[in-house]
Amino acid sequence: MTDSASSSAALAYRLSGVRKVYGDRVALQADSLDIRLGEILAVVGPSGAGKSTLLRLLNFLEPATAGEIEFLGQPVGDGSRVGLAMRRQVTTVFQRPVLLSRSVHANVAYGLHLRGRRGRHGIVEAALEQVGLSQIAHQPARTLSGGEAQRVALARALVIEPRVLLLDEPTANLDPYNIGVIESITRQLNQERRTTIVLVTHNVFQAKRLAHRVVLLLGGQIVEVAGVQQFFEAPADPRTRAFVNGELVY
Amino acid sequence: MSDLLRGILQAIQLIVAGDAALLEIVALSLRVSGLALTFSVLVGIPLGAFLGLTRFIGRRLVIALLYTGMGFPPVVVGLFVYVLLSRSGPLGSLGLSFIPRLFTPGAMVIAQTIIAFPLVAGFTMAAVMGVDPNLRQQVIALGATPWQATWTILQEARIGVLVAIIAGFGGIISEVGAVMLVGGNIEHNTRVLTTAIVLETAKGDYGLAIALGLILLGISFLINLAMIRLQGKSFD
Repeated sequence: MTDSASSSAALAYRLSGVRKVYGDRVALQADSLDIRLGEILAVVGPSGAGKSTLLRLLNFLEPATAGEIEFLGQPVGDGSRVGLAMRRQVTTVFQRPVLLSRSVHANVAYGLHLRGRRGRHGIVEAALEQVGLSQIAHQPARTLSGGEAQRVALARALVIEPRVLLLDEPTANLDPYNIGVIESITRQLNQERRTTIVLVTHNVFQAKRLAHRVVLLLGGQIVEVAGVQQFFEAPADPRTRAFVNGELVY
Repeated sequence: MSDLLRGILQAIQLIVAGDAALLEIVALSLRVSGLALTFSVLVGIPLGAFLGLTRFIGRRLVIALLYTGMGFPPVVVGLFVYVLLSRSGPLGSLGLSFIPRLFTPGAMVIAQTIIAFPLVAGFTMAAVMGVDPNLRQQVIALGATPWQATWTILQEARIGVLVAIIAGFGGIISEVGAVMLVGGNIEHNTRVLTTAIVLETAKGDYGLAIALGLILLGISFLINLAMIRLQGKSFD
């Protein structure tokens, strides 16, 4: 009993029997999934595997249809019982960022305004510096390129200093330079602030570069969860091996 | 042509002289339509945001009713309010002190509110629905409460919301049917610019009628200009 309590204290999430159904389609069936505090967990799988559904549940944007979610050691039911203060410990950077029609600076400061605080002095400027956008801080956000917009989206997540950062295909459709910037910030955030990161990607190489552990989803089911080395070199499931080798798995 | 010219000259004269009767009429026009617009905004913007952002059974019916309301002929609204407020009507017969009586500015405000709020709500709904539907999810993910998310979406739709307010104002500052019926065009009491124009035209005083018309246009223009200025850089 004490063992399970102490192990769940080191967990960001524990999902038990979590299921999400849209209409008559089961989008996700996560019988058991633990996400550890301070890790980078990559979620890979083909489109429609339930990766984004998982992130929406983890960010409490939608309640689960069934099952139990534990967040930072507290049971939150299907996710709808999570309080505002708890919910504000987690945020998502989406594949396609929607910025507010305000300045870049105002976009980055937005999360702090929601919380009714200005944050540490210079925190917005520091985040802009980190993503390399200080010189265009006062430009309207709508004028940015795709890569710049994604970096603003990352910066506006950074300033609220989340315990958990969810990244939903953050570098899909970006050029190598922007991919590099976003990956290095992700790594830095995890190492320096111990931010727990769940990274959804269809790019197995990115998962290999960044993640500590990798989970493969297929058709809404968890096929395998393993440390990054084992996942790529000695996967337990033949479907994982096929996916890693770039073969179609359905 | 000479009537028009005479009207323009007379308008300038009236304005320069600060004609007391004119000022009274202008002041009442602004007070009645301003109050009606305020109520319309207080009801219409939340209603429009609600209809634009939520899905519920019967929403289509409500929207169809709202669209019908956007095209209400003012004179029909006037008639409706007239019947309600008249001494033998369902509201007038109650004799309650907070229900305005017929032929008072209060009755005119009620009629104009009914005319303007569907315009404000309808255009606000359209503006809100034009905002990227993914924005709500993103601001909630950043920690917004549902109220904060709605407020952010309204801010994103601010140009459309301003157009909604301007449309509501335009619909009532220029209408004559409702204020004529429920106000009665009583001098020093319920006479506004539009009813005065009708009266002067009927009397054959085209010069004064045109002068009043030009003043109405000028006021409308200045107010719209001020609203756009208030919006600041969004129109750039």
